[in-house]
Amino acid sequence: MKKNWPLWEIFVRSKNGLEHRHFGSLHASDAEMALENARDVYTRRNEGVSIWVVESKNITASNPDDNGELFEPAQDKVYRHPTFYELPDDVKHM
Amino acid sequence: MSEHEVKKLEEIFEARIARDEKIEPKDWMPEKYRKTHIRQMSQHAHSEIVGMLPEGNWITRAPSLRRKAALLAKVQDEAGHGLYLYSACETLGVSRDELFEQLHSGKAKYSSIFNYPTVTWADMGAIGWLVDGAAIINQVPLCNTSFGPYARAMVRVCKEESFHQRQGYEIMLTLCKGSEEQKEMAQDALNRWWWPSLMMLGPTDAESVHTEQSMKWKLKRKSNDELRQQFIDQTVPQADILGLTIPDPDLKWNEETGHYDFGEIDWDEFWQVVKGHGPCNKERMKARVDAWENGAWVRDAAMAHAEKKQKNLKEAI
Ligand SMILES: [Fe+2]
Ligand SMILES: [Fe+2]
Repeated sequence: MKKNWPLWEIFVRSKNGLEHRHFGSLHASDAEMALENARDVYTRRNEGVSIWVVESKNITASNPDDNGELFEPAQDKVYRHPTFYELPDDVKHM
Repeated sequence: MSEHEVKKLEEIFEARIARDEKIEPKDWMPEKYRKTHIRQMSQHAHSEIVGMLPEGNWITRAPSLRRKAALLAKVQDEAGHGLYLYSACETLGVSRDELFEQLHSGKAKYSSIFNYPTVTWADMGAIGWLVDGAAIINQVPLCNTSFGPYARAMVRVCKEESFHQRQGYEIMLTLCKGSEEQKEMAQDALNRWWWPSLMMLGPTDAESVHTEQSMKWKLKRKSNDELRQQFIDQTVPQADILGLTIPDPDLKWNEETGHYDFGEIDWDEFWQVVKGHGPCNKERMKARVDAWENGAWVRDAAMAHAEKKQKNLKEAI
């Protein structure tokens, strides 16, 4: 065995109108085989109408260690939510 | 990192799990958590893969096209389960090749039940009914386990398992409604698969080493003995409907406890099989290793083809 088949991440749209969602991963020699394998592994029971495959090494992921820096600033920005604004009760449709 | 810092991180980590938060692959985790998960998930994956072999034995000899299509679909599902679980395992930084190597060298275990032979068609019924039935009892609680990829894989697996059990029970039902010989065949299969199915739920609580830690990490929610009792309680009435007799003279409904009392399990047999001395351990491993080795040239050829296509594409640009 010289070289292992690379890892691919599989995204499936379960029906039109919904986004593609990450379903899992699998090994395949190329994109075409990844698609074929994804069909067999992840859509045996009508789970999908469209499949995306992305080689795992091409995904850049955020590091959980940076979560504070990345996501905490949003926590104190309550003015981004409608409930922050106080309006009299008789204002309707808003 | 100092010992003190690690201790602090561990405390935060355990608190997250206690709050029912999920752990994802890139999160910090204690080394023991990572190792335990690699071990349990890979063992689980191996069981799904090796589990295809006893049933694969009957695909070409299924008694009707309906049965054949169902069995084929079931065995294909088991391959899928293995793949979901291997993928989940790989998120912890172990490669598929390492996992196969551990299986093929005998370093990794798989469920002892798959080391028993499938000698008649009724075994397909008994396996679906009892073995998949016991597997479901084991797996359902894992849909809420703490490690995200494992929990997600188990949700998919559990959705697919109920067809496995139903198709098995239907085979038993058909045999039991058939001729005298057919019913005998069903009884014989039950006789052979009953005790191994009980063993499949693991050693008794007194002998089980990992339970406490596993409970904390939600790798386990009920003890082996509790799961076994649950399995017996739900299976006995199903055997009654088939008109079959559970091969245990000590089996008796206990009005007081609201459970069935049952006879002694032959744990020596269990440990023998776990240690590699079951009726089919060697045969199963040989089939696995042969499939892997004989397929090597196909994997290499596919990779060479993919690389050549890539190269041609680059040159064309
Ligand atoms: Fe399975
Ligand atoms: Fe199954």
